[in-house]
Amino acid sequence: MDYNLPPVWTQLQQHEVFPTFDHDERARYNFLSNLNRFIATTVAPATKVAYDRRVESEFVATHGRSFQNRLELQEAMQHEPLYQTWAALRRCTMEMRQQNGRAATLRQAHELAAKVENLNRDNDKLILTPNFVQPPYLEHVDNHLMPGSYRTAYFDKDVSNAANYDSGLFVTSGGLLGSLTDGGGKAIAHWVKEMYPDFKPKRILDLGAGLGHNTLPLAQAFPDAEVYAIDASEPFLRYGAARAKALGIENVWFVQMNAENMAAFTERSFDWVQSTMFLHETGGHAIHRITKEINRVLAKGGLTLHIEQPPYTADMSFYEQFMRDWDAYNNAEPFWGFLHDLDPRDLMQEAGVAAENFIQVYVRAINDLDTAQTDATMQEDYGRTPRWHVFGGWKR
Amino acid sequence: MEINDILMAGNKSKGQRPYYLDDPAVERVLNITMALATELAVLRERLDTVERLLDSKGVLAQTEIETFVPDSAAAEARQLAHARYVARILRIVQQELEAVAQPENNKPMTEIAADINEM
Ligand SMILES: C[S@@+](CC[C@H](N)C(=O)[O-])C[C@H]1O[C@@H](n2cnc3c(N)ncnc32)[C@H](O)[C@@H]1O
Repeated sequence: MDYNLPPVWTQLQQHEVFPTFDHDERARYNFLSNLNRFIATTVAPATKVAYDRRVESEFVATHGRSFQNRLELQEAMQHEPLYQTWAALRRCTMEMRQQNGRAATLRQAHELAAKVENLNRDNDKLILTPNFVQPPYLEHVDNHLMPGSYRTAYFDKDVSNAANYDSGLFVTSGGLLGSLTDGGGKAIAHWVKEMYPDFKPKRILDLGAGLGHNTLPLAQAFPDAEVYAIDASEPFLRYGAARAKALGIENVWFVQMNAENMAAFTERSFDWVQSTMFLHETGGHAIHRITKEINRVLAKGGLTLHIEQPPYTADMSFYEQFMRDWDAYNNAEPFWGFLHDLDPRDLMQEAGVAAENFIQVYVRAINDLDTAQTDATMQEDYGRTPRWHVFGGWKR
Repeated sequence: MEINDILMAGNKSKGQRPYYLDDPAVERVLNITMALATELAVLRERLDTVERLLDSKGVLAQTEIETFVPDSAAAEARQLAHARYVARILRIVQQELEAVAQPENNKPMTEIAADINEM
């Protein structure tokens, strides 16, 4: 019997700035990743069964028609006990994951800051901007229920929120992103090399790169390229620069910059502008400023790609839209739903990609952990499945 | 800034928390229960570590644990411990039962206070 178990936490690569977890802290994460997998594979499908057998038919019986949009469906689902159980458990595990990760990283916050500072001393790869102003949407929400979110440092040079983030994606994904949580970046680097073997970018820009999980695989795939990882978060950039150094990667610059205004970069100065799980954490006006900036900094003949969850298109069932939209309101990703209602073709047009040069594909995380789920055993977990929608194209 | 890791670990994130169950009180208990379930799993993993270490150091073999047969005194002590444990966990059920079984002992305290005022 293949029980399809998630890997244990000790299989994660313990790089030099990775937080140290004691026995019970590891065990908590091991349990939570199992709990998440149970919720994804057993509890979530029950919600679908209840929808098929009860919720839809009851709605039809009362209204004489089926659902006309996902909001009607959402309203009807609120009263379904199996949905309630699933949602309550999912919220609960998200909160527990945060609390446990914070407990482990906050108790060693000063040690972590010192380790990071040690690696960053004389590190010309870290470029911070004094008096940087956070975009308002990043001040307004604690993304995916992460108290203090990306922006917060609890003291000068604190990186605890970044360390917590680094330690915990393993739990949320059940280990499906690999030992360095870089399965998305590896997948896109691999895909680009396979599809465009002649493409040799000299300058690569990664927008909203966070601590660089998915940036480093690009830098490794193109070791001769200069890679710029920009982000708004000082703690994430500090931690990311130290992490890259610890991992021996020397062609990535971590720059504090707002993607809406990248005046420090000259026109057409990048061959590849990438973003990974970034656009859904911006805002309704900001996103158009960002696409314009992409157009400005992207060279003619350059490539831009964006990894996100799939858009809610007309052929996606209302049930699937509802499930995919869950994170927007229940996992503090408020722009998620709005982004997925936008047509990526229009966004890319703004970014300088003409309709005929538009690309969209699906890529699956490349996971180096041997306990990863295989395709056949992978349960669709909507926003959590490590299979992404990639859109973008060439600027001709 | 001083880091109170105990308190800060549990900080609430921005935004009103949605409740999913019809009764938020039940959801509160669910959350407490899931945290306890986590701690039980953690304890079991720790015990497993201890057993494996004892095994690898030749102190005992894990099979000895699996095939352990308590003598009668040990068996009774262990069952007694289980009985006490169950009673502690299910205290509230027992007390709700007593409330129904002995209505004379289940007056509201305001009534008792009024009674006592007359005594
Ligand atoms: C979900 S994280 C993704 C991190 C990274 N791309 C990855 O795949 O692991 C989104 C990041 O976008 C950053 N961000 C959001 N809006 C931004 C903006 N306008 N300019 C720069 N960074 C921004 C946040 O600080 C956060 O680190």
